[in-house]
Amino acid sequence: MSVSVLGAGVAGLCCATALAERGLEVEVIAPRGAPAPVSLLAGGMLAPFCEGESAPPVIVERGQAAASWWADRVGSVVRRGTLVLAPPRDAGELDRFARASTGHVWTDPGALEPDLSGRFARGLFFAREAHLDPREALGTLRRRLEARGVRFRDGPPGGRIVDCRGIAAADSLPDLRAVRGEMLAVRAPDVRLTRTVRLLHPRFPCYIVPRGRGDYVIGATMVETSRAGPVTARAVMELLSAAYAVHPGFAEAEVTETGAGLRPAFPDNLPAIRSLGGRIHVNGFYRHGFLMAPALARDLAGMQTRELHHAD
Amino acid sequence: MFYGIDLTSRLMLGTAGYPSPAVLRAAIAAAGAEVITVSLRREGAGGGAFRDILRESGCRTLPNTAGCHTAREAVTTARMARELFGTSWIKLEVIGHADTLQPDPFALVEAARILCAEGFEVFPYTTEDLILGEKLVEAGCRVLMPWGAPIGSGQGLQNRAGLRRMRGHFDGLPLVVDAGIGAPSQAAEAMEMGFDGVLLNTAVAAARDPVGMARAFGKAVAAGRAAHDAGLMPKRDMAVASTPVFGMAALS
Repeated sequence: MSVSVLGAGVAGLCCATALAERGLEVEVIAPRGAPAPVSLLAGGMLAPFCEGESAPPVIVERGQAAASWWADRVGSVVRRGTLVLAPPRDAGELDRFARASTGHVWTDPGALEPDLSGRFARGLFFAREAHLDPREALGTLRRRLEARGVRFRDGPPGGRIVDCRGIAAADSLPDLRAVRGEMLAVRAPDVRLTRTVRLLHPRFPCYIVPRGRGDYVIGATMVETSRAGPVTARAVMELLSAAYAVHPGFAEAEVTETGAGLRPAFPDNLPAIRSLGGRIHVNGFYRHGFLMAPALARDLAGMQTRELHHAD
Repeated sequence: MFYGIDLTSRLMLGTAGYPSPAVLRAAIAAAGAEVITVSLRREGAGGGAFRDILRESGCRTLPNTAGCHTAREAVTTARMARELFGTSWIKLEVIGHADTLQPDPFALVEAARILCAEGFEVFPYTTEDLILGEKLVEAGCRVLMPWGAPIGSGQGLQNRAGLRRMRGHFDGLPLVVDAGIGAPSQAAEAMEMGFDGVLLNTAVAAARDPVGMARAFGKAVAAGRAAHDAGLMPKRDMAVASTPVFGMAALS
């Protein structure tokens, strides 16, 4: 019996990869004209310890395996950790973040990122975190799958359905909601940052992920709405002002891209595998797609192989 | 009584910035809150899924106009809120300054006049200024919500004398301390001073354990109110022994 994975975003490709690696026959249903996966807009942070500031321990525990999973399969994983900063007058935010998270040490930001020297008195360094480039990572996963003989096609699914359609699956998952995120990509040759930088700000938090050659992704807003449309002026304003607070060189950056997408989330903001209406849903990745998809894909593949053995 | 509604719990909770809707729901339950505020300006009509989760909490919804900087924006948002939530309650916020999030008193009164005339039951987020309070009452507001400190600052009651004056001046009018409360002790203090309620958000949402903090605030507000109702003893300059000395052996 074969498996048909619906959706070619981070959830779909991770599930297809895990299933195919277990030797199952897999196809990926990616209809022509379907909207581009929102995971392409992600920062691509593999930051389980930072996420632990507000996410439950399961994200911290299971997310730690993500960097190795990706590094074994794609080329863009950068393991240089995360640097967390706060504007001087919001230094209290940094103390709060330190209390609410693990896996960090206090650091001199300028010692880690010379471009920031003299700008921030102290910061938190999460040395065991990493980031990747979602476009490279998803492109590589797809090529690897195709090389294994996995077909990407349009049309009705031929096997058992694993539904990884993200927010589009809200039609059959009533408690799945959209959390809108907005991001910018900029080219800032004057700025030299080598690792993910997070700025804690009571109103305008942001992260900056280097993509190399002076390219950066700045994200991301979190708005409880299902409105899909383009980025708002307010989001651009807030994200840029936060980035500017990290490094004034961002003022001269070229804005190369703006993007808005809908993160799929369950009420506890944790991803889940659910059997429902004859199909298996893998969904609710919220803002933990690249961090948690490998773990859930592994669970799914384990379940599927067991079931197939029982069927034999 | 808030516009004819009597509440058992006098703690009102904001719903922004929680780790998840599930944690928010648990926090509302732990606090025993009966009123929750919900913002609308940024989420718009597309925020239905989140609003449904809030509706399931069984609380009375007090939609707010957070993020509005002009009377016109606030009025438009309030009308939309009435439609989406089916309530005439509106927490009126008109922000005058993006950095301090301080209310703009002039736009506030203007918006309150329009909304009260349209039948809204307005909860204006205001300062402790007495004249401003009078203008709002004159506009038709039957509740006032003076700030404790700037929104999200957690600084507690910054102007105790002003708040005390306000409490004395608006005798019998429901007053709710809104914004700036960072610790349960500060919420209890507001209630001891005779305020009718406390509205807060960040102190619970940004706690390491929001549910535990919500429970603590629920108890603090109840304790402060019970203390006020029971009649606090006056402060004295000199020590007064709680046990009389009569009857004790006098050794000389």
